Amino acid sequence: MRVSMDIELKDVPGQMLLALQPLSECKANLITVVHHHQKRTPRKTVPVKLVLEARPESIETIKAKLEENGIRVVRVGEHRFRESINVVLIGHVVHTGIRDTIDEIDRTGYAEVVDLSLSMPGINMLSSALMKIDAVSKEDLQKALTILKEVSTKKNLLMVLPIDIQA
Amino acid sequence: MKTVYCSILGFGAIGQGVAEILLMKKEYLESIGLEVKVVAIVDSKGATVNPEGVDLADCLARKKKSGTVALEKISGVEAIQSVSHELVIETTPTNIQTGGAGLQNMLAAFQTGKDVITSNKGPLTLKYRELMETAKAAGSHFRFEATVGGSMPIINLSNEVLAGNKVKSIKGILNGTCNYILTRMLEERASYNDILAEAMQLGIAETDPTYDVEGIDTACKLVILANAVFGLDATYNDVEVTGITKVTPEALEMAYERGHVIKLIGEVSRERIHVAPRLVPINHPLAVGGTLNVASVDTELAGEITVTGKGAGPIETSSAILSDLIAIYGN
Repeated sequence: MRVSMDIELKDVPGQMLLALQPLSECKANLITVVHHHQKRTPRKTVPVKLVLEARPESIETIKAKLEENGIRVVRVGEHRFRESINVVLIGHVVHTGIRDTIDEIDRTGYAEVVDLSLSMPGINMLSSALMKIDAVSKEDLQKALTILKEVSTKKNLLMVLPIDIQA
Repeated sequence: MKTVYCSILGFGAIGQGVAEILLMKKEYLESIGLEVKVVAIVDSKGATVNPEGVDLADCLARKKKSGTVALEKISGVEAIQSVSHELVIETTPTNIQTGGAGLQNMLAAFQTGKDVITSNKGPLTLKYRELMETAKAAGSHFRFEATVGGSMPIINLSNEVLAGNKVKSIKGILNGTCNYILTRMLEERASYNDILAEAMQLGIAETDPTYDVEGIDTACKLVILANAVFGLDATYNDVEVTGITKVTPEALEMAYERGHVIKLIGEVSRERIHVAPRLVPINHPLAVGGTLNVASVDTELAGEITVTGKGAGPIETSSAILSDLIAIYGN
């Protein structure tokens, strides 16, 4: 999972190394480091914002190890959804159970339908839906699309995917 | 000056386009040391043959007036076997079930050691490997730029101009009829059936549009690219195909409101061959409108190269045939 972490470093040499050691020991992947050298805290520490990727079970260990090294961890926040796409569905979108289609994605835990536009021009005419799906990672997005593809095939819906997504 | 003796097999729109272009470009061809003499033209009714070269302007006028150039009952294969020439320009109609007359013509041409330039997708979709092997065994040139994307250079671009680059994938719009229908449905907020009727009236869609709108035509072109550019041994059955008949004006509008158009996109790589309607960002190089074709070649060294152009039309398609002719015989 990807998390953001706000930490505070003492303004003495060698602090960054102490901050990075626990990440390396827990095999976390550091994505960004923003060092706010000009923005001292009232405690005279330097705020640093990290974004890292780590196994969920490692987060607490990383936090504990940082604190052991004398680094204050102010906040840990999960970056849950990093990927987002629009998908068009065409067919009897409503009558084949739109709720059920959305639930299939939502119950994965790693992807959610976050927006839906629907057009039903008339009875016995094809409906169209535009769905926005958010997912935790690219891989999870692909897994969610595979599920949506199976549901669409079962319900005889045409699924129109963005051009940059593996169909 | 090199004289190229050739036949034109199939004298519909494309075959006539070739004759017109040979007339138009006579002086240019001479300037690069080529004189092209057409010794036989064959259409569905028969042939006109002259070992010293037929009068192309006369043949075009006769075809327009009486619907045929035929002066004698000779088939394509018979013309190949009985008239001395070195190049067969094969422009008979595409038949993807059997390969039609085109397949027989091409095989007969190679068996008699002739070169072939074609715009006919059917034989290449069905029997690519057999045709290539037969051509190779006979030492014949075999070029078919006009089969994919009409005037748009795509096969020669990938194999020759971009030589040394490994092509990773090619994706694009390879059917002008589908592009026209989807573009107009969005513009007019009109149904698929209404715009299909308009396209038929304008001669952009065939009376039986199945081949275009179900994605079959795009799939055939992808098969040719898969074989000619990626070195695969693919057939139509290897392509996952979804057409545009289910696309609604409401879907096009919703997509447009979020910055996308829906286009029938063909995509080929070593891993898969796929045709389906896709969401394309409005400012994407593949988001071209009307009857235009477009293809993006993703290469290892040069990155993405995108070409766009007219995918159909007799003169446009014949321009690809002319470039193949010059590639074989020009210096």
